[in-house]
Amino acid sequence: MNNSAANDIIYPHDLKQIKMAKLKVLIVDDEPGIRSGIVRILHDHSVGFPFLEDDFEFDLIEAETGEQAIEILDNNPIDIVLLDNVLPGIYGIEVLDYINKKGFDTGVMMITSHASLDLAVKATNNGAFNFVPKPFTPQELKAAMENITKHLFLKRMTKKMHKEGKEVRFQFLSVLSHELKSPVNAVEGYLNIMKDKQVGDQIDNYKTMIDRSLERIKGMRTLIMDLLDMTRIESGQKIRDVKPVDLVEIVRIAKDTMEPMAIHRNIKVDFNFDGHCYITGEKGELEIILNNLISNAVKYNKDKGHVFIKLKEENGFVKIIVEDTGIGMSKDDISKLFQEFTRIRNMKTKNITGSGLGLSIVKKLVELNKGEVIVESTPDKGSKFTVTLPTKQ
Amino acid sequence: MTEIRKKILIVDDDMDSLALLKTHVENFGFVTITAESQKEGEEIISREKPDLAIFDLMMENKDSGFILSYKMKKIYPDVPVIIATAVTAETGMIFGLDTEEERNWIKADQYLEKDIRPDQLRREINKLLKI
Repeated sequence: MNNSAANDIIYPHDLKQIKMAKLKVLIVDDEPGIRSGIVRILHDHSVGFPFLEDDFEFDLIEAETGEQAIEILDNNPIDIVLLDNVLPGIYGIEVLDYINKKGFDTGVMMITSHASLDLAVKATNNGAFNFVPKPFTPQELKAAMENITKHLFLKRMTKKMHKEGKEVRFQFLSVLSHELKSPVNAVEGYLNIMKDKQVGDQIDNYKTMIDRSLERIKGMRTLIMDLLDMTRIESGQKIRDVKPVDLVEIVRIAKDTMEPMAIHRNIKVDFNFDGHCYITGEKGELEIILNNLISNAVKYNKDKGHVFIKLKEENGFVKIIVEDTGIGMSKDDISKLFQEFTRIRNMKTKNITGSGLGLSIVKKLVELNKGEVIVESTPDKGSKFTVTLPTKQ
Repeated sequence: MTEIRKKILIVDDDMDSLALLKTHVENFGFVTITAESQKEGEEIISREKPDLAIFDLMMENKDSGFILSYKMKKIYPDVPVIIATAVTAETGMIFGLDTEEERNWIKADQYLEKDIRPDQLRREINKLLKI
């Protein structure tokens, strides 16, 4: 059995090296009833992940006060702290502060009857993972434990891989999970309303909810497709096939793909170019660049608008210009445009589906092909994207 | 036995989140007024007084919910405000409450996670309205 074939695949035995099989959990609460309740719920509970053979079990330690908690933390490596805020001596938030200052590799979950805004903000800023409202059900506690275990695990895995020089972007994954959560929440919410027949027995009453669910699912699909593009770029694994490519052909295909949506909204897509326009580049990547630019020019256009696509050859470079008569954007918006997951949010864009990844992909790919991309835009007038690529790399 | 039903203002720029909140809150027996942006929310506040308000945190601005809450409390100090948000440590996003200035202007009565269960939401609303 040899696992060396592809070294960026994570095998279960790699994961097990992260010492987590038995997690030390410190319960800090002055009420003995709460502590024994938590022990009862967690002592025979374990958390498993589909990609791991072994489940995580919990080793439970109790503390009555914040002072006691700090003493235990100083002398034992603790994985997770379940922390009440209102304690007889120092408050939970101060224990959190201490953990933070000492830089312990510990996940903290606040147990609190009343998450006042003040406390929530302060705790979140200090790195508490989340809150479990008191009183909680066993299910709620277990679900919260699962989340924090997963979070801790990912954090440690990231650290380990980072040490080994493997680039994993934790921040990226976190934002991604957030981006996936909102459509999932929406669809789940609608389905629950339908399940309980909250607005009557007629299927027609649910039409908007069904349409919206389908729309959100479509959005998730786009996000997944864009992620695949992104992964392909970032893994750098694929052998890039750089060779002469005809940009005219690529533009035509991208234009044809967007034609149905353009026709639907009476948008005219203009592209006149006689002959061929060859550059040396990666065909798949150039296709993604043009698909993104042309689809944006249609998506962010006005009904009955125009899209102009031009190719210009000059001094060993080719300029690809995609110009639209759409909603445009401000200078402020332009500065954020190429960041991952950044979508310009305003009343004009709120009904347009997008992953917030398209243009950051475009920028990465243009740079991979040794070119640059610039944007000019006027609000309510339109935007102009110019990609400049060398004819020979 | 006719009792005037309480009016709840909901502001959220995610139309699905807004629709879901509206459905739940109406099922609890309240009347709702809704807005899809901070700007629209400000317009509503300037002309009518709700009994309670639920604001999404991030809309046009990262802290739209706080801005709305601040403006609301200035006109109607007695109207409870709930900030509903998906912001947690998980997203890596933080907002400050470190300076005196920030503490002075950030005001809300309750802070809730967006995927809160309907029955929890009802409990919180009732608590704030003292029902």
